[in-house]
Amino acid sequence: MAVGHRTESGTSTRRAHAGGLGAAVGLTDEQLIEMYRMVALARAVDERMWVLNRAGRIPFVISGQGHEGAQVAITWALKKDHDWVAPFYRSIATAMTFGMSARDILTAQYATANDPSSGGRQMPGHYGHAEHNLLSVSSPVATQILHAVGIALAAKIRKTGQVAMTFMGEGSSNQGDVHEGLNFAAIHKLPFVLVIENNGYAISVPVSKELALPDVADRASGYGIPGVVVDGADVLGCYQASKEAVARARAGDGPTLIEAKVTRLTGHSSDDQQTKYRPAEELEAERTRDPLPKFREQLAAAGVLDDELIARIDAENKAVVDDATDYAEKEPDPDPANALMHVFAEGVEGEF
Amino acid sequence: MPTKTFIEAIREGIREEMQRDDSVIVLGEDVGKKGGVFLATDGLFEEFGEERVIDTPLSESQIVGTSIGAAVNGLRPVAEIQFADFIFPAFNQLLSEAARMRYRSNNTFGVPMTVRAPYGGGVHGALYHSQSVEAFFTHIPGLKVVIPSTPYDAKGLLRSAIRNDDPVLFFEHKKMYRSVRGEVPAGEYTVPLARAQVTRPGTQLTVVAYGLMAHYALEAADHAGEDGLSVEVVDLRTLRPLDKETVLESVRKTGKCLIVYEDNRFGGYGAEIAAIIAEEAFDYLDGPVTRIAGPDVPGVPYNHVLEDWFMVNPEKILDGIRQLAAY
Ligand SMILES: Cc1ncc(C[n+]2csc(CCOP(=O)(O)OP(=O)(O)O)c2C)c(N)n1
Ligand SMILES: [Mg+2]
Repeated sequence: MAVGHRTESGTSTRRAHAGGLGAAVGLTDEQLIEMYRMVALARAVDERMWVLNRAGRIPFVISGQGHEGAQVAITWALKKDHDWVAPFYRSIATAMTFGMSARDILTAQYATANDPSSGGRQMPGHYGHAEHNLLSVSSPVATQILHAVGIALAAKIRKTGQVAMTFMGEGSSNQGDVHEGLNFAAIHKLPFVLVIENNGYAISVPVSKELALPDVADRASGYGIPGVVVDGADVLGCYQASKEAVARARAGDGPTLIEAKVTRLTGHSSDDQQTKYRPAEELEAERTRDPLPKFREQLAAAGVLDDELIARIDAENKAVVDDATDYAEKEPDPDPANALMHVFAEGVEGEF
Repeated sequence: MPTKTFIEAIREGIREEMQRDDSVIVLGEDVGKKGGVFLATDGLFEEFGEERVIDTPLSESQIVGTSIGAAVNGLRPVAEIQFADFIFPAFNQLLSEAARMRYRSNNTFGVPMTVRAPYGGGVHGALYHSQSVEAFFTHIPGLKVVIPSTPYDAKGLLRSAIRNDDPVLFFEHKKMYRSVRGEVPAGEYTVPLARAQVTRPGTQLTVVAYGLMAHYALEAADHAGEDGLSVEVVDLRTLRPLDKETVLESVRKTGKCLIVYEDNRFGGYGAEIAAIIAEEAFDYLDGPVTRIAGPDVPGVPYNHVLEDWFMVNPEKILDGIRQLAAY
């Protein structure tokens, strides 16, 4: 897969990569450790979801495994509780980086009454949190791009200094809303970033049957905006690309399309058997593109992490996930007596 | 009291809301310098500037989708879809997004957005510039659907729609833009959503209508009056949430109900009114609940003879009234 080239308004081409640790991208060792902790925590939460599914505790899982490095790093460049994110169903690590807790994610799996995403109304994977400017997401893919663009429009008109970022898969990038959204955002130079997490598949359909080009980012030039390709297993490279895109957006220079080449380590969802359409060798080879061990080794080689710290973070993450599971397991279901509520701001439709 | 045309009242409603509240913006195709193809936004670009009166590209899903996002982030967009016939590229954004945002987020996000669109036939618009689209949207919980019939109501209801915290579809019959005049008081007033109005009192038969048909129903009722028939007309004004009580109260009094709508008959909005009356006022009925509606062809044909054949008019309504009265 072509990684590291960038097209800018159809002209210049240059490389976007980490080029060294912390200092090169403006992060301290402490921040790198926190970033690693988040990638590992998102993975631990995700793995727990599968365990609970296979144990019959929760009916459905849609996973972000393999995407976490890109999600954490790209989201990291935003200002929490100020900027906006319109996520998609794999955005567990994005949602957590942007402020959702492991408890918030687990309550969504159990669809509890206090699940902050939807109060148990939506399937798991539809994360949202109003207090963190993480927009509620639906199931039809790619619709959220227009919401993020509209959020960016409001940010520009209201002069709030906010940036809006949205995420989706490469398959979803073929929807008409993506064209309409990029066109509008580019015309108005809106503070907006589109992130494509390209994992090579839309359920079972390989990228060769989804796109006539290898890179979604090449489409950016058609809108007169930069398109950047990054290796999703290169966490710091993702961060650097996002930092630049966010700075550009905040400076009023308009949107950027970032395409992170990631790997989908699981089936599409708990209802999918990917061995049916992906050869065993491919699945084996894809394991080497897992961002978690890559980032761990990179940080260990640079002396930022050592075995003791890695073990401590693992143990702490496990405690967080255990706590979240116990918590969500005990939370009550929503009450059908409230199921008519919140169709409108006034409450139940018949009563006004 | 000064009188204004339907479109002047609409324009004034938008302008005064924009003056009152900086968060109100207008967006749509040709809404800027041109002032909209029907001139509903004429002069707003000059008064409020290009940041608040936005000429969008020709992309309806974007018009609605970005309005949803802007609404979530503190604005009150008033989007214009140039013709109701072209709202369908935005259907997914209206159905799956705008209508569901509050419910699916358990009341943590809302979409205070108004989408205006001219609808309706009788203007030589043929299949794709004449359509009545309300039934597609009144079916959707989470959307409010308003169809005013007078300049007074149009202005007052539009102000309420813009101030409302949920998505409101505001359909304006394009034949009425310049042909209908009415009194519109100077100064601020609103007309509440979800309230129907009895526009003509009567005792023997109820006609339920909205939009242009509310005018035709009044005309027909007047003619029926000349025959000695006392017809009550209910103008729904807001189709959803429906003011059921006003309809039921009228039908309980008269015992007969004719529902009039311009849209295709089958599965049209009036079918729901008929079902509600059958369920909730059956004991009061002295005859079948009947409908006068557009024929079930895929659109309004162009040639004037064909268009006249399609359109519901006061004569067809009068016919319906007489038949039901004779039951
Ligand atoms: C409009 C629409 N069509 C179909 C689906 C069913 N669907 C859900 S995810 C998906 C594949 C998406 O692939 P991609 O965008 O590459 O994201 P990935 O799942 O690979 O991360 C499909 C077909 C849907 N949710 N929405
Ligand atoms: Mg994919």
